[in-house]
Amino acid sequence: MRRFVLIAVPYAWLVALFLVPFLIVLKISLSDTALAIPPYVPKFEWAEGIMAFLRQLDFENFIFLTEDNLYWKAYLSSLQIATISTILTLMVGYPIAYGMARAPAEWRPTLMMLIILPFWTSFLIRVYAWMGILSQEGFLNQFLLWTGIINEPLTIINTNTAVYIGIVYTYLPFMILPIYAALDRMDGSLIEAAEDLGCSRLMAFWLVTIPLSKNGIIAGSFLVFIPALGEFVIPSLLGGSRTLMIGKVLWEEFFSNRDWPVASAVAVILLLILVVPIVLFQRNQQKQAEAES
Amino acid sequence: MKIQTLTLTAVLAFASATAFAEEVRVYNWSDYIDEELLTKFQEETGIDLIYDVFDSNEVLETKMLAGGSGYDVVVPSGTFLSRQIVAGAFQKLDMSKLPNAVNLWDVIKDRTEQYDPDNAYSINYMWGTTGIGVNVGKVAAALGDDAPIDSLALIFDPANMEKLADCGVYFLDAPTEMIPAALAYLGEDPDSKDPEVIAKTEAVLTAVRPYVQKFNSSEYINALANGDICVAFGWSGDILQARDRADEAENGVEIAYNAPKEGALMWFDQMAIPVDAPNPDGAHKFLNFILDAANMAAASNYVYYANGNLASQPMLEEDVINDPAIYPNADTIKNLYTTTSYDVKTQRKVTRLWTKIKSGT
Repeated sequence: MRRFVLIAVPYAWLVALFLVPFLIVLKISLSDTALAIPPYVPKFEWAEGIMAFLRQLDFENFIFLTEDNLYWKAYLSSLQIATISTILTLMVGYPIAYGMARAPAEWRPTLMMLIILPFWTSFLIRVYAWMGILSQEGFLNQFLLWTGIINEPLTIINTNTAVYIGIVYTYLPFMILPIYAALDRMDGSLIEAAEDLGCSRLMAFWLVTIPLSKNGIIAGSFLVFIPALGEFVIPSLLGGSRTLMIGKVLWEEFFSNRDWPVASAVAVILLLILVVPIVLFQRNQQKQAEAES
Repeated sequence: MKIQTLTLTAVLAFASATAFAEEVRVYNWSDYIDEELLTKFQEETGIDLIYDVFDSNEVLETKMLAGGSGYDVVVPSGTFLSRQIVAGAFQKLDMSKLPNAVNLWDVIKDRTEQYDPDNAYSINYMWGTTGIGVNVGKVAAALGDDAPIDSLALIFDPANMEKLADCGVYFLDAPTEMIPAALAYLGEDPDSKDPEVIAKTEAVLTAVRPYVQKFNSSEYINALANGDICVAFGWSGDILQARDRADEAENGVEIAYNAPKEGALMWFDQMAIPVDAPNPDGAHKFLNFILDAANMAAASNYVYYANGNLASQPMLEEDVINDPAIYPNADTIKNLYTTTSYDVKTQRKVTRLWTKIKSGT
């Protein structure tokens, strides 16, 4: 009985918070648009609704996605933006996490606080603040003009560069915290052992520290990559009209076309794109765990 | 301890006030009312007014079709209204609760009937045209004194746009406005639903796309008034508000509005009550308040849009009622056209075309 409860709780959790919403979206993606409230047919009605649904079941909305190059270009562009931002966040976040883990113990709570503090301000307001910093007459350009590094204001706002800056800034804590947790647990004597055995400091870092913080790196990268892939707020505020991301395409399907079925089909594909690497990663982890034991 | 009790009393007082006061929730376009009217309504009726704003018909329609928006009064434009009526998004108005409806102007009622037969679901709030706003000084500097500021060639001829790009051009981010305008420029029927005819606008819009600084449907009021941009293709009253703000700021910026001579879109913003409005009775009170001649005149005097209220006209200020950019005279009214709503398939093509023009994909 106890065992059953132990298994049932996480499964109930998954069913309620993942499977049910997914099935609703999947069902809408297989419906047809209509001028009604809600704007698709058939609606969610048991018995009659299910029969009508099965009778006219087709995959035309998914076929539609393959017919227009907008969608795969947007998926690819989102993957590219998410991948590059994850790498950038890692490059910025790792040294910070490393510095935190190496800092004297009495400093660490303060450093941790500094990482968490920005979360107390609304995310939207922080992105708006970046608009003020990056715009043509913004603080950054004013400062660079003042120092004489540049003569003409740089165009950063409404470009992909601004989107990268926004994503790295917003998701940095999600990268730092798992890496810090991994580095904090690491046994410092391992580095000493490596150096005693003839490793240079750099080699010891590469051969010991990095592999031991691998789980933190992977966890942090997923925490950044997954939300960045479907990001909507940052590209719409900081990006230009040429920034193509699937989150914006989804918005257009909902708000400009009022085509919920196609919007849902886009969402289903996005989910599949996300689920496949996660499952592969978990398989890999399991295999490793089995091999080690 | 005393402070705690005080806080608690305040919280309780607040809770009871919100629990019992009658509320009306209104969802209207941004920069579209004299806010003193909102206070006046609350004082006269004792109803709490919650007033939210939007800047695109598309966003409003998505909320309407999702249902349960929680709003009591919304303000879609005619073409969108007609589609939402078909979808069953609105309830019929109870005319017995709208005694001020006698103030409505037949000329406008006749035109809004094409969107709302018998005007059973909506009343006209404001109407206007879509046209060209220019910073007179900057455009003259870029194109010379004979710049075609009353012609669509100003914004659709790449030769003109190339010279204007440096001082800044904004377009409305609304395909249902921009595509008809491009069709008018080409000499086609602006209300065409023929996919091949609509496709012709792609070349026109793509050619000037590199010179457009931004597609946005609300920011151009401030951008024009501050002198940040020199041309905006936008809604008449918004551009006239920019003119007024620049005058008040005395910043040397002179703004002018022209309905393009090739034809300008005439649109109607209609107030309607969603079918699931929480307080339809309060919604009628708000509509009746808006239909009052003095209130409607105050609104028009403030936002520089014409209204559909005949009785309000004697109370309009000179620079509103006598400005042909706001109340077109016999000459300019000939240049105005109206559009009807797209069906789902055409709508998708139009949106797709718009995405392609804006993003290049």
